[in-house]
Amino acid sequence: MLNNSRPCQPQSAGFSFENTRRNAVLEGNLSELGYSSPKARKTGTTIAGIVFKDGVILGADTRATDDMVVADKNCMKIHYIAPNIYCCGAGVAADAEVTTQMMSSNVGLHSLSTGRPPLVVTVTRQLKQMLFRYQGHIGSSLIVGGVDVTGAHLYSVYPHGSYDKLPFLTMGSGAGAAISIFEDRYRPNMELEEAKKLVRDAIAAGIFCDLGSGSNVDLCVITQAGVQYLRGYDQPAQKGKREGQYKYKPGTTAVLTKTVTPLPLDVVDESIQLMDTQ
Amino acid sequence: MFTQVYGDNGKMKEYHYTGPVEHRFSPYSFNGGTVLAVAGEDFAIVASDTRLSEGYSIHSRDSPKCYKLTNTTVIGCSGFHGDCLTLTKIIDARLKMYKHSNNKSMTSGAIAATLSTILYGRRFFPYYVYNIIGGLDEEGKGAVYSFDPVGSYQRGTYKAGGSASAMLQPLLDNQIGFKNMEGVQHLPLNQEKAVQLVKDVFISAAERDVYTGDALRICIVTKEGIKEETVPLRKD
Repeated sequence: MLNNSRPCQPQSAGFSFENTRRNAVLEGNLSELGYSSPKARKTGTTIAGIVFKDGVILGADTRATDDMVVADKNCMKIHYIAPNIYCCGAGVAADAEVTTQMMSSNVGLHSLSTGRPPLVVTVTRQLKQMLFRYQGHIGSSLIVGGVDVTGAHLYSVYPHGSYDKLPFLTMGSGAGAAISIFEDRYRPNMELEEAKKLVRDAIAAGIFCDLGSGSNVDLCVITQAGVQYLRGYDQPAQKGKREGQYKYKPGTTAVLTKTVTPLPLDVVDESIQLMDTQ
Repeated sequence: MFTQVYGDNGKMKEYHYTGPVEHRFSPYSFNGGTVLAVAGEDFAIVASDTRLSEGYSIHSRDSPKCYKLTNTTVIGCSGFHGDCLTLTKIIDARLKMYKHSNNKSMTSGAIAATLSTILYGRRFFPYYVYNIIGGLDEEGKGAVYSFDPVGSYQRGTYKAGGSASAMLQPLLDNQIGFKNMEGVQHLPLNQEKAVQLVKDVFISAAERDVYTGDALRICIVTKEGIKEETVPLRKD
């Protein structure tokens, strides 16, 4: 993210810490008034990935938290990078989202330029180079998995730019719970159904044992043949059934004043978009 | 590194940004949990979830926060579990002392007043506990006393305390206090409706508060005695 304020001047090398003084002043001013600066929302997540006989399976929970309140009960943490490569993101929600979108764009362009389908190792290298450049200020921990011409690969990339290449990986606040399931039951070259169950169980361990993770299990199965994105593969935690009725009759909210302004408009086009209220 | 800005009185203010800050030992920790008490005409309900957590982990899924004090009074304590345990032990001791000196059990109002004194006694190293007492008063009517960590209390009809209190309290204000509603009959709360409301309200709290969940323990106090009911909640 380069500063565009002085486009005609040559960019200075290295990192720009111009805003740190301003931020320190702002923090001081806000705390005097009793406010605190807005915190970046973290996903507080469990993400996991394994390599099995035919490819890789990525799994994630679907809870996004704002401190210790659930902000989104069903968010998507498995992001598209390329037709054969997907990426799970943990850490700061905005960072994971934007980083994966940038990778998707870069990898798409690179693949057009080389004339070849993208490699998983390309995504990992570009990710780690970018994250290292930002010295950990971009708080996204990612698990990249996919199947390319060289085979099935799984990498984890940390916010400061280090990466690991392993047959099974977990990240996020629920990583401890999930890795314990993998360490117990992982074997190389597992069959599809057994592998799906293993990832589902690992994410479920994070959902139940980690407060930052919850709601549903999303899976993404990537093989040579194609990708199966299983959104809402399992819903281990059920919402309780309410016993009472909480409907309000029209007129319950007091109307203090009413002004009617008729607008002379014609209906040109009508379309309906359903809200996801589940 | 530091930066200077002109303050209100025209003198320069100094801001110091020292980078990573060393944290001292904190004697408190937050163990989560939500408590709720509702008073009716001839009953009182004290309910709490049973999850005990710390940080992102769960210590126990079966640690209720309602404690029976007398046949007519139940207290709900949430916050720092260490202080909750000690405080309930101290209250139990004071109940025994009162019974031995005065030859009768403490009334709900008396317990509330005593608790206020106990809490203020630690004004400068407080018990990190959010208390709510629910019980029957001398006339047999339901009573709810809600406290802050240093002993300020008042009697009311309903109160939510603990981690999800900010989510529950407005809903109770609407459904029990009939606030922000026009043209609605102010029906007195009966026991079945109150229990149903408590269950529904905790189901909603468990959806959005990570510290609330696992199970709900409801203690219903009537002149017949104290009845306990346990209802499962989301475990994630």
